[in-house]
Amino acid sequence: MLRTTAAVVAGKAARAASRLRGGGSALPGLVAERVDPGFLAHALADVPGGIVVVSGTNGKTTTTKMLVAVLRAHGRSVFTNPTGSNFTRGVISSMLGELPLRGRLSADLAVLELDEAHALKFAAGVRPTHALLLNVARDQLDRFAEIDHTARLLATLGEQTTTGVVLNLDDSFVSRIRDRVAPGVVVRYFGVDASIADRLPELQEQDVRFDDDFTPPVAGPDDGLLRPLDDRTFEVLFGQDGSAKVGPVELRQRGLAAMINATAAVSMARMLMADAFDPALAADALEAVTPPFGRGEVVLVDGQPLELVLVKNPAGFTVALATYGSTPVATMIAINDNYADGRDVSWLYDVSFESLRERGVALTSGVRAYDMALRLDYDDVPVGRVETELDRALDDFLRDHPSEPKRIFCTYTAMMALRRTLAARYDLPDIGEEAS
Amino acid sequence: MSPTDGKGDQDVVVPGETDGSSRLPDHAHEGKGAIHVVHLYPREMSIYGDLGNTRTLAARIRRHGYSPVVHQHHPGGRFPEQAHLVLGGGGQDSGQVRVEADLEHISDRLRALARSGAPMLMICGMYQLFGNAFITVDGTRLPGLGILDVTTHGNAKRMIGPVVLTTELGDVVGYENHSGSTTLGAGQAPFGTVRAGFGNNGTDRTEGARTANVIGSYLHGPILPANPAIADHLIGLAAELATGRPFEPELLDDAIAHEARNRQVRRLVRR
Repeated sequence: MLRTTAAVVAGKAARAASRLRGGGSALPGLVAERVDPGFLAHALADVPGGIVVVSGTNGKTTTTKMLVAVLRAHGRSVFTNPTGSNFTRGVISSMLGELPLRGRLSADLAVLELDEAHALKFAAGVRPTHALLLNVARDQLDRFAEIDHTARLLATLGEQTTTGVVLNLDDSFVSRIRDRVAPGVVVRYFGVDASIADRLPELQEQDVRFDDDFTPPVAGPDDGLLRPLDDRTFEVLFGQDGSAKVGPVELRQRGLAAMINATAAVSMARMLMADAFDPALAADALEAVTPPFGRGEVVLVDGQPLELVLVKNPAGFTVALATYGSTPVATMIAINDNYADGRDVSWLYDVSFESLRERGVALTSGVRAYDMALRLDYDDVPVGRVETELDRALDDFLRDHPSEPKRIFCTYTAMMALRRTLAARYDLPDIGEEAS
Repeated sequence: MSPTDGKGDQDVVVPGETDGSSRLPDHAHEGKGAIHVVHLYPREMSIYGDLGNTRTLAARIRRHGYSPVVHQHHPGGRFPEQAHLVLGGGGQDSGQVRVEADLEHISDRLRALARSGAPMLMICGMYQLFGNAFITVDGTRLPGLGILDVTTHGNAKRMIGPVVLTTELGDVVGYENHSGSTTLGAGQAPFGTVRAGFGNNGTDRTEGARTANVIGSYLHGPILPANPAIADHLIGLAAELATGRPFEPELLDDAIAHEARNRQVRRLVRR
């Protein structure tokens, strides 16, 4: 007990210090973890309603935010890691703000967004009661090397979950995890309704192991299926005839990807809440969720909207282009190749940029600005200018397009840098301190 | 499937490439000549953006005034009758297993094409399969095509990161991501010399292998848009094979590619 108290004090001190410096969110967690390796297990020991891990390549942050909103709408107190800092240390860091010194969290539920590798590290210390497994796509190959490996990480996480899993019905990398869960663990699915099944290829990776004997699951009465009504409005259908449903829901975020995230969140919330689940409360909660930073976040710059769209892998960039393609605006693309962005830019050649051809791209920026311009050249997309320096590119972009809506597609570290500059000039919430 | 059938059922989308590029153009539209490009196993073996190589070749063949005919060869499919340029990419283990039987099936054809001077570019996994053998960590020997005199050993450690090479075609930049460690046979020339990165094995500073017009390399990036000199080298050889005349290139503006490449060289090479 003393050891944990020491860890909380040390971690809180580091958290205060890093806040003063305006620094990163993982450092305090690192300090606490050093002092007490069992810190997480201890802190989560008194959370009665479940420890839910959300993992997969794309959509973790949005889905986690939606799930938390739906659970809170049902009157549950929920601990979560809202900073998008989805490593174990990030979880501990956000915990330190809420922990009493004895080191145990008082909340009904914990919902944690963890990337595939760190989810396993977390599970080694704390067995999750529930896992919501979203998808497997190529992402930061430096770290995970191969898709099959990523799929194995998620399967192992599924094996270690003690009570219930919700799997992506349409992603066979994920749905095949049904055969791996422990006896007695409940398996449910989320997916898309037959009416939009033709749009799946644009959303996910192909599983090339098509010669094995895997038979994909079929949706049952407790599995949620997405039926979009228009660009922003949809329903989630449950039951053979879709009679039990959530919606219509109109999200603040656009596009199919956000709707699928909402479907995943609703399916997990329904599993957690069981009989207490209220479709109307869920719909209202989803409608109030604001897009997480960089996921279609809109900043008002001199009266005109500037959208920041995070892109980090072929599936994500393709979805982003499809989502925003219907409303072409002045566009900038910023590509860095730091560790957090993925150091290999090969993936840009697995995205088609034809939808930008007519309007063109005003600027490319970031460390790999020239590589991005080269990629666009091979898709015959005109590029106005190449400016590797992010701040200078942003200045030029805002100056050259003063009275129209604008959009910036950017990799992770490019987005962090641009957002920092924008935050200094315009009104936008600090990362990790947005209202939730 | 005959080469004129157009897009096959199993064909993958080459991002940015139009649907019609697998069709043979009529004579009035083929320009200086039709060049048949075959991408081996695009579905199983092109995970790291290697389709960008195909896209780049097709685009540059057009820009040089010729007509590309892009074929995708899938496991179990019939190898195209005409092939002037053959491409292969990297895959994961599950993809490699899927293509082995078919590769054995078309091996005589590929060896004959290589002997006749057809240019080929084999990246990563397909580079390994074009070698003599792949020896797994537990000592199992998987035979390759033997077109390149190289042998690859499975390795626990992955070699990952950006690469700069010196080659006969100038500075070359790319990105490697492989666990196989490759050794060249006694008389086998490398594709390039490593200035930054690991290369074939991380020890002898060789990267890839080159025999006549066949190039094997670990470099993704993809390699061809980042290094247009290699693309044009391959296209030139293929154009001669296709038309029986010397290559008649157009002057293309590659200023952006050069700038992108030079920046990588400056960042990565310690002087």
